[in-house]
Amino acid sequence: MTPVLRMERVAKRFGAVTALREVNLTLAAGEVLGLIGDNGAGKSTLVKLLCGFHQPDSGRILLDDEEVTLKSVRQARQLGIDIVYQDLALINELSVYHNMFLGREHVGFARLLSNRRMRRLAREHLETMGVRIPSVDVEVAKLSGGQRQAIAVARSVYSRSRILLLDEPLAAMGAKEGALILDLVRDLKARGEVSIVIIAHNYAQILDVCDRVNLLQHGTITFDKPTAETSLQELTDLVVEEYRRSRTRGDAP
Amino acid sequence: MRRVREEFLRHREASILVVALGLGLYFVSVTDVFLSYANLVNISQATAPAAIVACGMVLLLVSGEIDLSVGVVAALAPFMMHYAIDFWGVPAIPAVLLAVLTGTLIGFGNGFVTVVLRVPSFVTTLGTFYFVTGVVLTTSHAYPAEIPEPVDGTIGEWLGAAEWAHLGWALVIVVFLHAVLTRTRWGLHTIAVGGNPLGAAEAGVRTARIKIGNFMIAGTLGAFAGVIEAFRIHTIDPNIGGGTGLMFTAVSAAVIGGTALAGGSGTIIGGALGALVLAVLQNGMNLIGISANPYFLILGVAILVSMIANVYLTRLRRAGRT
Repeated sequence: MTPVLRMERVAKRFGAVTALREVNLTLAAGEVLGLIGDNGAGKSTLVKLLCGFHQPDSGRILLDDEEVTLKSVRQARQLGIDIVYQDLALINELSVYHNMFLGREHVGFARLLSNRRMRRLAREHLETMGVRIPSVDVEVAKLSGGQRQAIAVARSVYSRSRILLLDEPLAAMGAKEGALILDLVRDLKARGEVSIVIIAHNYAQILDVCDRVNLLQHGTITFDKPTAETSLQELTDLVVEEYRRSRTRGDAP
Repeated sequence: MRRVREEFLRHREASILVVALGLGLYFVSVTDVFLSYANLVNISQATAPAAIVACGMVLLLVSGEIDLSVGVVAALAPFMMHYAIDFWGVPAIPAVLLAVLTGTLIGFGNGFVTVVLRVPSFVTTLGTFYFVTGVVLTTSHAYPAEIPEPVDGTIGEWLGAAEWAHLGWALVIVVFLHAVLTRTRWGLHTIAVGGNPLGAAEAGVRTARIKIGNFMIAGTLGAFAGVIEAFRIHTIDPNIGGGTGLMFTAVSAAVIGGTALAGGSGTIIGGALGALVLAVLQNGMNLIGISANPYFLILGVAILVSMIANVYLTRLRRAGRT
């Protein structure tokens, strides 16, 4: 498979703290990549570099084999890289379909909103994505965390994002809610239109939906295997082993 | 029945409409004068300026900001018209436009300081309030002025001297801005900016433009309300807004009409009905011979009750029970 996204020797420091030492990462077209690692390993920094929130100090980011400079979140989004936050992105006071079209509304006669059209398109799109909500007319505030997340993902897909970054999409979510998101990711994978990077703490869920797993430790990727060739045991052992090593070295865990 | 209740709660203006009708019925039952032609004119003329200013205030509150200076902008605008015509030799219609645009410009200043220089709008517009008060009192020497001769005719009639001019303008503005808030991108973005500024910006909403624009609308409407009030009372009065009176009435009307001060929700029609309730209340109490003083008691209770109801209803709605 051709890589849609590559990071080559990417490093990022914040003052005296080295967040990312040297990251080499590849994301293939249509692939779902799981990114795991302890707190402080640099996962969030990595994602923030990819979505244009931070800029790397050194190294290259390549999109379709072309080097890109992601100056802002907006620019990254224009290039098709979108980060989906759990709660940040949606407007609680607006209906589902208005949220779906926020910032790119359809307007008709006298530049009035074409609500009927947006409602229909939103309903169709959510249906094809398998997102089930009571109605596209309800205020987002009334939906559950999982439904909100699903709508944020659906919106991102609708705006033709090619690379989705899901930062802890399952955090603070019940089993049922989490399953909803995992189903959504599986559907997206089956359709093969987007590539996805998921950050998560739950290794079982990562193994469940991802094609490949990367482990980030101390600002660099130390483990990279297809999920078919690894196991929950191996991932757990890796992290525990690292923890023991850091203890004998006297580092903070 | 459940559906009726749902519809009722969904249209928050409904409850305030019920209050307005209830008050009206009560005053009709206790005094014949209430429904007389002259009194209806009175009520419409008392409602209109507050409703017009409230419309701008609702937009601003929904986008998460407030403007404390609209009342004194209302006082300044007719003076600008007076200065333009009598001192600078500006023709009638451009002078009226200049007066109204003064409000737009002050609104832009408020928006710029709030959005670009990041001063909370409460503080920005408090500063503007004192500054503009100073401008009005200094330039007018705190004396009222007469309506300039060139506009004291047909133009004056259209702009507030005629009996129903106030109501006409108020209706046009309410209908127009209601459509803006509920049916246009501007309105949608206004709600989004007030509800979740970061999320709105992330989705590509130009938050600065929306906020500054709403400050400009509020300022424009403040100035316009000042101009039509001047024509109605046929004097240019430096205390036309009663200093803070018009501004507080507009905020009260917006709040009673269901607008949340925290931003993200509110309706133009609710604000206009809020203004109507306040006008009916004051007018009715006047007619049945209660002194003006308990009016403020009732106003205070009305604001508190409607805010508590607002918070409670929002929680109910969030819980998905309605």
